[in-house]
Amino acid sequence: MKPRAFQYHAPESVGEAVGLLEAHGDDAKVLAGGQSLVPMLNLRLTSFEHLVDLNRIAGLGTIERSSGTVRVGAVVRQAAAERSPDVAVGAPLLARALPHIGHFQIRNRGTVGGSIAHADPASELPAVALALDATLEVSGPAGVRIIAADEFFLSTWETAIGDGEILISVDFPSWGGRCGFAVEEIARRHGDFALAGAAVGVGLDEDLRVVRCAIGLFGVGSTPVRAHDAEVALTGGASIGEAAALAAADIDPPGDVHATAMYRKEVAAVVVRRALAAAIEEACL
Amino acid sequence: MTLVPINLTVNGERHAVAVEARKLLSDVLREDLHLTGTHVGCEHGACGACTVLLDGQAVRSCLLFAIQLDRSEITTVEGLAGGDGTLNRFQAAMQECHGLQCGFCTPGVVVSMTAYLADHDQPDDEDLRVALSGNLCRCTGYQGIVNAARLSSRGAAVAGGRPGSGPTA
Repeated sequence: MKPRAFQYHAPESVGEAVGLLEAHGDDAKVLAGGQSLVPMLNLRLTSFEHLVDLNRIAGLGTIERSSGTVRVGAVVRQAAAERSPDVAVGAPLLARALPHIGHFQIRNRGTVGGSIAHADPASELPAVALALDATLEVSGPAGVRIIAADEFFLSTWETAIGDGEILISVDFPSWGGRCGFAVEEIARRHGDFALAGAAVGVGLDEDLRVVRCAIGLFGVGSTPVRAHDAEVALTGGASIGEAAALAAADIDPPGDVHATAMYRKEVAAVVVRRALAAAIEEACL
Repeated sequence: MTLVPINLTVNGERHAVAVEARKLLSDVLREDLHLTGTHVGCEHGACGACTVLLDGQAVRSCLLFAIQLDRSEITTVEGLAGGDGTLNRFQAAMQECHGLQCGFCTPGVVVSMTAYLADHDQPDDEDLRVALSGNLCRCTGYQGIVNAARLSSRGAAVAGGRPGSGPTA
């Protein structure tokens, strides 16, 4: 199908974009890579009178690595982040998640920031942001504010980004010491949204005991989910299997034509177990 | 309906067109520029038939509004062969390996794999299958397409004799 008619805006500064969003309120939508939004517009699942395209704003397309963090600008393409040595070194969990998104043609256009702001609970990057305790910088009529990932995802496609605000960048904290990361998911076809998936990081001490653990689940609820109990259990000496069972016990996944809720719970335990095993193995190297 | 003038360079040729904001690149290529090699299947990015190169990168033309692309360079399947009609390496391999039947998905496959193989020196079969996962083909079972990709990939060894002759790719 074809999208409904809309008015197109291509602001060249963040201020100009914020002004447009303020002026048009709920009738306006931000367009970044468009790989989730445009399908929804084409299928007329949604429509907006105004689209505000961020692609011509200078400065939103950079990746910067400092000692403790990797900052990814809002319109950095997923493919660019996938190839970035800064992401590979400073945010390996992000690097592991990116190849799971759609197909390479989608990642050539889709953005890291757009995927997070779109907040589809079945997508990978919100879970990565949550697992890593990323911080999100948004700019709006009242200026700039920083939102923690655990306060950012409110519901399916709903975030803490307020009226007139735009996501500017995402800071992914880097982990030090002996650590490993993995993303595991099960999808019907390669590139489909996962039935359930897990993005995990582990840190080991000198005796190879797990002393740090972060587990972000996707596809299992209306937001990405942090498996806190499983994290605590694993650092307290529980086995991978026990931690995986705890992660699955805490969730209340949806059932639909792709998988029943019960099956998703089983899949969640499997992907957590696999991801933890892979991350620990990497950390032991 | 407001029409906005834009400039696109398509297959090396400059075009000035006037587009409605909501008009997809795929429709501008087909309806305004009469380049009907770019096929439109699902119109939500899943089937890959509409894949074109935007500034050298493979993208879905059904997920871009032409109005976003003023002054961009686009290559469609029509622009891949040489001016004298000489097929590119992957196109020739598709012919050699019988990589198509009805042909509907073929433009997207050819554009996608031309871009992929330009960027990847020695992909193995698993890499090729992942790369092809963004292009749906309902006829071939993919074997001929994978064989063509393997045949045309630089430095890849073709095991088991003539490509396409083995039972599996």
